[in-house]
Amino acid sequence: MILFEGPWTFLSVATLVTMVAVAVSILVASLRVMRGPSLPDRVVALDLVGLLAVSVISVVAIATQQPVLLDAAIALALIAFLSTVAFARFIEWQGENAE
Amino acid sequence: MNWVELIAGVLLLAGAAFVLVSAIGVVRFPDVYMRMHAATKAGTLGAGLMLGAASIVFGELGITVRSFVVFFFLLLTAPVAAHVLGRAAYYAGVPRWERTKLDELAGRYDEADGTPGELGRPVQRGDDIPYP
Repeated sequence: MILFEGPWTFLSVATLVTMVAVAVSILVASLRVMRGPSLPDRVVALDLVGLLAVSVISVVAIATQQPVLLDAAIALALIAFLSTVAFARFIEWQGENAE
Repeated sequence: MNWVELIAGVLLLAGAAFVLVSAIGVVRFPDVYMRMHAATKAGTLGAGLMLGAASIVFGELGITVRSFVVFFFLLLTAPVAAHVLGRAAYYAGVPRWERTKLDELAGRYDEADGTPGELGRPVQRGDDIPYP
């Protein structure tokens, strides 16, 4: 992490706090993935986890000064959207016994 | 401390706050539709703020365009995904919160194949289907 090797600046402290907050968010959202009473609950939480992964990529791109990582964010956002739509079609097709 | 670092840090912290609020909402809200409300809107805004911070930090045209493309894509797809998922959850019979007062779709759509009900058009107040 290039940003953390120099002296502490406001940006590096903010990046560190943001990393911790996003990590906690992923843990909390995956609690809903594990616990969610129905399949749509799990899919909503998985969609949020995909969105949080995009946030992680942009924060890590700032921390390591590697803007190339944003290309991965584009692909990840596309895959998260497609998987959510596929899950929704699956739930609609399965009806009430989807679990 | 220069202005670029200050603005980018503030954007990062605001994005972290929104993302944390949306994750807490996904766990704490009582039914799937409210959870969708938390995940879709606050999560998209938080990720967008972080992408904005990245575009400010690097300060090059190509990177700014790239991060705005990601944000635009998120803005475009989040409502579509939430609508498709909400529709699927409604037809799959996912239970609503027991204190939900109003279900405007009840009786207006054929639950078997997901087509409009016997009226075949959006129902107004005062039509023959009783308002719940």
